Amino acid sequence: MSWDIIGTYAVAIFLLIGAFFTLVGAIGLFRLSDAMTRLHAPTKVGTMGIGALLLASMTSGFVAGNGSFHELLIMAFLFVTAPISANFMSKVNIHTKASIAPPDAPDKQTWSTLVKRDGDEVPKDEPA
Amino acid sequence: MIPADEFLSLALAISFATVAVSQLLAMIRLVIGPGSGDRILALDTMVVNAIALIVLLGISQGTRIYFEVALIIAMLGFVSTVAYARFVLRGDIIE
Repeated sequence: MSWDIIGTYAVAIFLLIGAFFTLVGAIGLFRLSDAMTRLHAPTKVGTMGIGALLLASMTSGFVAGNGSFHELLIMAFLFVTAPISANFMSKVNIHTKASIAPPDAPDKQTWSTLVKRDGDEVPKDEPA
Repeated sequence: MIPADEFLSLALAISFATVAVSQLLAMIRLVIGPGSGDRILALDTMVVNAIALIVLLGISQGTRIYFEVALIIAMLGFVSTVAYARFVLRGDIIE
């Protein structure tokens, strides 16, 4: 069995792994019950799904003889930006009160993203 | 054991179908909401699935020219997600 055949099998297996995790993430996004829980599911798409698919693309390039490590750029970019966008989206969930139990603000402070409610104690030095 | 080429084309077909189904599920979540956080999350997932579809297209056609497309879509997807979230949070994108 030559290296080309082994590489082709590896590409197919990476493709199947990536497709499986993409489907798992999408089903989680569709089926889970509340907003903060749904935030967890697309992490699978971002990490395992797209990682395995880009690995398959890279391997198929090496099998065809014109391989490069360019796909690592997309992988690194997605892995770095995924937590940042997840943080923003959970702030949106807290702000729009879509989560079941928004966390209490720290003592004598308010969340920067939450609207002020009636009983809230406003710190003295807060502008306007 | 299946020959390698047949196994690869089978895996490609399965992957195309699966990623398309995932894109449809994310689209349903985009439509039914219920909150704006869910809609932003669904759009973010759809961007990632679009990158996956472009990568699969590149594998199936055997070309390397789709790499730049996927990279630009990844960058624009992150920027647009942050912009949507900023808009919901602040009512403005650049203050």
